[in-house]
Amino acid sequence: MGKNILLGHGSGGKLSHDLIKTIFVKQFENPILSQQTDSAILNIKAENIAFTTDSYVVDPIFFPGGNIGKLAVCGTVNDLAVSGATPKYISAAFIIEEGFPMKDLETIVADMAAEAKKAGVIIVTGDTKVVNKGQCDKLFINTAGIGILEEKYTGISTGRDIKAGDKIIINGSIADHGMAIMASRNFGNFQTDIKTDCACLNGLIKEILDSGCNVKFMRDATRGGIATVLCELSETHKTGIEIDEAKVPVNENVRGMCELLGFDPFYVANEGKIVLVVAGDDAEKVLSLMKTHEFGKHSSIIGEVVSSNAGKAILITEIGGKRIIDIPAGEQLPRIC
Amino acid sequence: MKYIDEFRNKDIVNLLLKNINNISKKDVVLMEVCGGHTWAIQKFGIPSLLPENISLVSGPGCPVCVTSKKFIDHAVALSRVKDVIITTYGDLIRVPGSTSTLNEEKSKGADVRIVYSILDALKIAKENSTKKVVFLGVGFETTAPPSAAGIINAKVQNLKNFSLLSSHKIMPPAMGALIDEGVAINGYIAPGHVSVITGTEIYEPIPRNYGVGCVISGFEPVDILQSVYMLVKQFETQDFKVEIQYKRAVNPEGNIKAQQVMNEVFSLRDDWWRGLGTLPLSGLGVAENYSEFDAEIMIPVEVEETKEEKGCICGEILKGLKKPNQCKLFGTVCNSSNPVGACMVSHEGACNAYYRFNR
Amino acid sequence: MCLSIPAKVLSINENQAIVSVGGTEYEASLQLLDDVKIGDYILLHTGFAIQKISEEEAIETLKVFDEFEDLNEQIKPELEE
Repeated sequence: MGKNILLGHGSGGKLSHDLIKTIFVKQFENPILSQQTDSAILNIKAENIAFTTDSYVVDPIFFPGGNIGKLAVCGTVNDLAVSGATPKYISAAFIIEEGFPMKDLETIVADMAAEAKKAGVIIVTGDTKVVNKGQCDKLFINTAGIGILEEKYTGISTGRDIKAGDKIIINGSIADHGMAIMASRNFGNFQTDIKTDCACLNGLIKEILDSGCNVKFMRDATRGGIATVLCELSETHKTGIEIDEAKVPVNENVRGMCELLGFDPFYVANEGKIVLVVAGDDAEKVLSLMKTHEFGKHSSIIGEVVSSNAGKAILITEIGGKRIIDIPAGEQLPRIC
Repeated sequence: MKYIDEFRNKDIVNLLLKNINNISKKDVVLMEVCGGHTWAIQKFGIPSLLPENISLVSGPGCPVCVTSKKFIDHAVALSRVKDVIITTYGDLIRVPGSTSTLNEEKSKGADVRIVYSILDALKIAKENSTKKVVFLGVGFETTAPPSAAGIINAKVQNLKNFSLLSSHKIMPPAMGALIDEGVAINGYIAPGHVSVITGTEIYEPIPRNYGVGCVISGFEPVDILQSVYMLVKQFETQDFKVEIQYKRAVNPEGNIKAQQVMNEVFSLRDDWWRGLGTLPLSGLGVAENYSEFDAEIMIPVEVEETKEEKGCICGEILKGLKKPNQCKLFGTVCNSSNPVGACMVSHEGACNAYYRFNR
Repeated sequence: MCLSIPAKVLSINENQAIVSVGGTEYEASLQLLDDVKIGDYILLHTGFAIQKISEEEAIETLKVFDEFEDLNEQIKPELEE
């Protein structure tokens, strides 16, 4: 294998073959992928199947605490898990710019394999294309994922059973991912130890669902931050939402960077945070359970669904004032994921 | 975080609110003229906490909002020149010009870069010696000294490819003009960070000539509410004066060094303000002996004729004559995703703050 | 644009200072401010230190609210009627 990716690595010939064998198949190691058939044949018995896809174009591709590959696996696993599904199979398609360092590709693929193993999913099929220099920015990845969804959890992705009195919970501090990306783009040359919160949350979610508590809605708060989830929640269900700003966890270093640059943490992207709506009576139980998990240590009940202010998400500010949480206008930070 | 958290203390806030309620009897209109105050007031939900007889009105404190369409058109024209790199603070790229925005030009291939500081723009100039770097200077007396310092650095470093397009303005002429126009104001929440630079004497004519008090305020909830208390007290006792609430950062003479740097590089000129028209000696242009850093001179371009949007009442909103929700375009045609006027684009604009936090 | 934020001075090198805002560090220019010492808090605005924050004045500002406390104790009986 040479030092850099060449056009030939995407053309289906010997170079492609070698690349797939020595990097992808070797790292992703599973019997289905090893067969290298045009389609992966999956034997699935399920009441419902959850199916998702995402493309990853994050810039830069390496950032504090992760890289584009880790992001891709976690993002797809989480999309399945927040729908109440058990993630099982992932596909991974790579579009690589000619000249991309082989070493970087190996690191990224190894991280993808590690995350997949942690999450208990396998990458069963994929594709590799190489384009001329300048025709894509280093590396783009598309992942698709399949999960098994039990009938009893089908209401979770739409939140159809939400009502006044339900509590809103988050599994930890917000805005870490967006600020980590900001820091690594050298905007203003700020030095910080902020790391992405990128993580596969299916383990945490399984524990919550297995507890039997009444979970009515889950969504991961990625682009647009928790504000987007909260606004969509209130608008879609025509319920009111009230959030207590003092209960929303924000890490000190993230706060500092947000204050410096004039960002509102509510609108900054996350990659390891879920917003849950839980029946009021079960909220404390779910919270305690989440706090015992690696990715839920700083969980917090941040608000509740209310019957007033239908269609609006209201924030009780840290000084007790009231204002609306609005949908963000445009791209606060482009190419964040 | 120090000097932030203590001034967001809920108990102190409640105490201040109690005292404001105790002394406030008459209807009173207080205007803030600093975008940072507009932002903070809405973000913390302060209007929801004050008694109904106290009205907080936003004035022309957002430098992006008072900037003329012509300036944006000029910047757009410059961005279309070959080998020009436009460097700017973030807010400006979405402000509507007559036919385009910097963001749109960027999407068509223009080199437009958002920077945190003019110092970053200087670095870009050094790293791109074959290109001409233009920095868009927008802001009041807080931001003008950094622009001036940047130009001085460019001179010292003998940079031949750096220039500034200035829309810098100074605050006091606008504060007087508003009252001259008949806008009913009972007190000014005076700009905190402008005053850090200028000191307090620039406000003395306001109580002296107009009988309107000025309290120079910090930006945290405790600061703003204490300033409201002080202004209400002045109004109830009819004792109008200039007071400093933001004592930890503002002293009467200001930052002399920053003033000197600003006066070295900039000279006063008449300038056009959205909502107020042309105000004499209210703008800052690059002084003659720094003309090699003046983009107006160094990169001549044809700027299109300015076209104003029908129905947009940014002018009246900037004067506090109307509230955002009284504009026919507010929330419908003009909203934070599709802004028509400058007041909606800038995060410090009254309409933007109102739309995002209050409607 | 008015965005200025209190930052702690960690180190000084001629006309530049490394300052920190809640752990995020930045190399600020001291071109507009004299007599800055390590440990001072400055106001950071678009890359420049524009003023020092006075700890005494900050304490004074917050102390004023103790006066309010007494005032409120006096008014309380009237308000409760």
